[in-house]
Amino acid sequence: MDIHEYQAKTILADFGVSVPPGALAYSPEQASYRARELGGDRWVVKAQVHAGGRGKAGGVHLCDSEHAIEDACDKMFGSKLVTHQTGAEGKGVYRVYVEAAVPIEQEFYLGFVMDRSTQRVMIVASAEGGMEIEEISADKPDSIVRSTVEPAVGLQDFQAREIAFALGIAPGLVSKMVRTLQGCYRAFSELDATMVEINPLVVTGDDRVIALDAKMTFDDNALFRHPQVAELRDKSQEDPRESRAADRGLSYVGLDGNIGCIVNGAGLAMATMDTIMLAGGEPANFLDIGGGATPERVAKAFRLVMSDKNVQAVLVNIFAGINRCDWVAEGVVQALQEVQVDVPVIVRLAGTNVEEGQKILAKSGLPIIRANTLMEAAERAVGAWQNDLSMGHQLRIAK
Amino acid sequence: MSILLDRDTRVIVQGITGKMARFHTKDMLDYGTNVVGGVVPGKGGETVEGVPVFDTVKEAVEATGAEASLVFVPPPFAADSIMEAADAGIRYCVCITDGIPAQDMIRVKRYMMRYPKEKRMTLTGPNCAGTISPGKALLGIMPGHIYLPGNVGIIGRSGTLGYEAAAQLKELGLGVSTSVGIGGDPINGSSFKDILQRFEEDEDTDVICMIGEIGGPQEAEAADYIRDHITKPVVAYVAGLTAPKGRTMGHAGAIISAFGESASEKVEILSAVGVTVAENPAVIGETVAKVMGKAA
Repeated sequence: MDIHEYQAKTILADFGVSVPPGALAYSPEQASYRARELGGDRWVVKAQVHAGGRGKAGGVHLCDSEHAIEDACDKMFGSKLVTHQTGAEGKGVYRVYVEAAVPIEQEFYLGFVMDRSTQRVMIVASAEGGMEIEEISADKPDSIVRSTVEPAVGLQDFQAREIAFALGIAPGLVSKMVRTLQGCYRAFSELDATMVEINPLVVTGDDRVIALDAKMTFDDNALFRHPQVAELRDKSQEDPRESRAADRGLSYVGLDGNIGCIVNGAGLAMATMDTIMLAGGEPANFLDIGGGATPERVAKAFRLVMSDKNVQAVLVNIFAGINRCDWVAEGVVQALQEVQVDVPVIVRLAGTNVEEGQKILAKSGLPIIRANTLMEAAERAVGAWQNDLSMGHQLRIAK
Repeated sequence: MSILLDRDTRVIVQGITGKMARFHTKDMLDYGTNVVGGVVPGKGGETVEGVPVFDTVKEAVEATGAEASLVFVPPPFAADSIMEAADAGIRYCVCITDGIPAQDMIRVKRYMMRYPKEKRMTLTGPNCAGTISPGKALLGIMPGHIYLPGNVGIIGRSGTLGYEAAAQLKELGLGVSTSVGIGGDPINGSSFKDILQRFEEDEDTDVICMIGEIGGPQEAEAADYIRDHITKPVVAYVAGLTAPKGRTMGHAGAIISAFGESASEKVEILSAVGVTVAENPAVIGETVAKVMGKAA
């Protein structure tokens, strides 16, 4: 789960990381009022969206008057910010964060991630702050400093010092850098984060070490033990279909194609998408309904897939292990009777009791197109979609 | 022979009194697995499907001589259960549980390292379907009837895609020595590499079939290992050629192991070390059959 910059800064500040004074605003007027409260004569106004790359996308404004703040806010509020991380649709701006501007001497990149290779927490740092980490790794790979944390004892001060010296921090500021690194690590480990990123971390003209930006991502599997983190979720930043799916215990990723997929198991779901592509079609989504394909889950899955207006055929691919095909087939029939599905439906069942399952589908009287193998299913789905187009939608399941 | 699990392996089920665990305990017993007990704190003295329940893994091991365990414990308590098994002298543990916090798994992996190598437990999973040595024993939740006994070793991340592969092999009359699910979590007990090594040493395995997917460095690490240490033919399929990039990976996470994370890169890396790659999931069985034809 992602959170906003201002939320991440509040958390990190609690763990001893220095952040600039700032305040949240929900309207242009409130933003200029907040600036007045903060004092000073230069402020940074930042769109709060769950994505990096805001600066280049017009989501960060340096302002030197209340008038400039309101102007910047007028542009941002209600707009969709499109950055390299948001996709073409962008993310809605409903909150801005106003901060006192800070005089910058040096900029650094600092990231804490789960490294899958060492299976430990890894710190990634670079003196090339302000650039995206992808750019740094492409252009200045030698500037990157890495250090892994031994999980039994946590981050040690000497490791933090090594990083500080490697980044070329002035000796007098090393202890501040150590405190920042330790604060980030403690926040990461105590709150079950999967990523903490500060870009840039800056040294100011008056010798402070400050997090100018902050991004945190949390382990969804650990939210049960951090209710204070779980409540920071902002659904306005999520794909509505994906969050609806997640709330129903389904794993869904919306894509651009038009063949909807309902599959049990993540690997098989990806394999099904690959096969559709091979057969000349394009998948509309990734959807894993989990190991047990109960009738309720199948019905939920149909509702979800059909909520995508681009879907012109639905391919159901269930490998029934412990749950039997006859039971899955009943679920499919029941779902098709409950949910308005007006596009061709292709069902491939495999595994336990496959013959009984096929019989139930055949007896239902519904125009379900059946398939025996994965390839056959994909070909029939693509074929049905193309036929449906050319025949003016006659294959659709009539109600 | 088979790897990790045999007809005689004495098995306990942690969390045996849960609904799912009861169901699968019966299924494993029906398949012929030597299930000798279960563990649920506070339920010692009860029986499930005719096997005794103990309060602790230590008690279960002392009373039954259990060597392997299947963890069916809910996510908040699963890491603790795995460590309890490691401490009680269990040799092989399969964790089915999906949804264990990643940092819990980091601690589990670290904890297991405190035992000297010869006493260290092997863990597969979490978030996997389990391990089966067809015709001998089943330690997991897979449908036993889709596997024929034979000499193909399967290693896979995904449960149902593994079933798909086994069913395709059965259709062609090909059987499996052992099929091992290593699970879909980022921090897992055993990697492809760990299991490849066991199949290389197993005299009843002639061909190895590995089923990977996008994300993480373990397929690329396996490729290096295959190049240097594996003499048996390896067939691979990597799911997710059509998966969009960057949807599940964190921003900074992508940099550390950026190369080799996408399906097409993994296919390329595996092909380069002589692995025969099945081009699509519908031909995994066929591809194994072709390789075996060549090998024979």
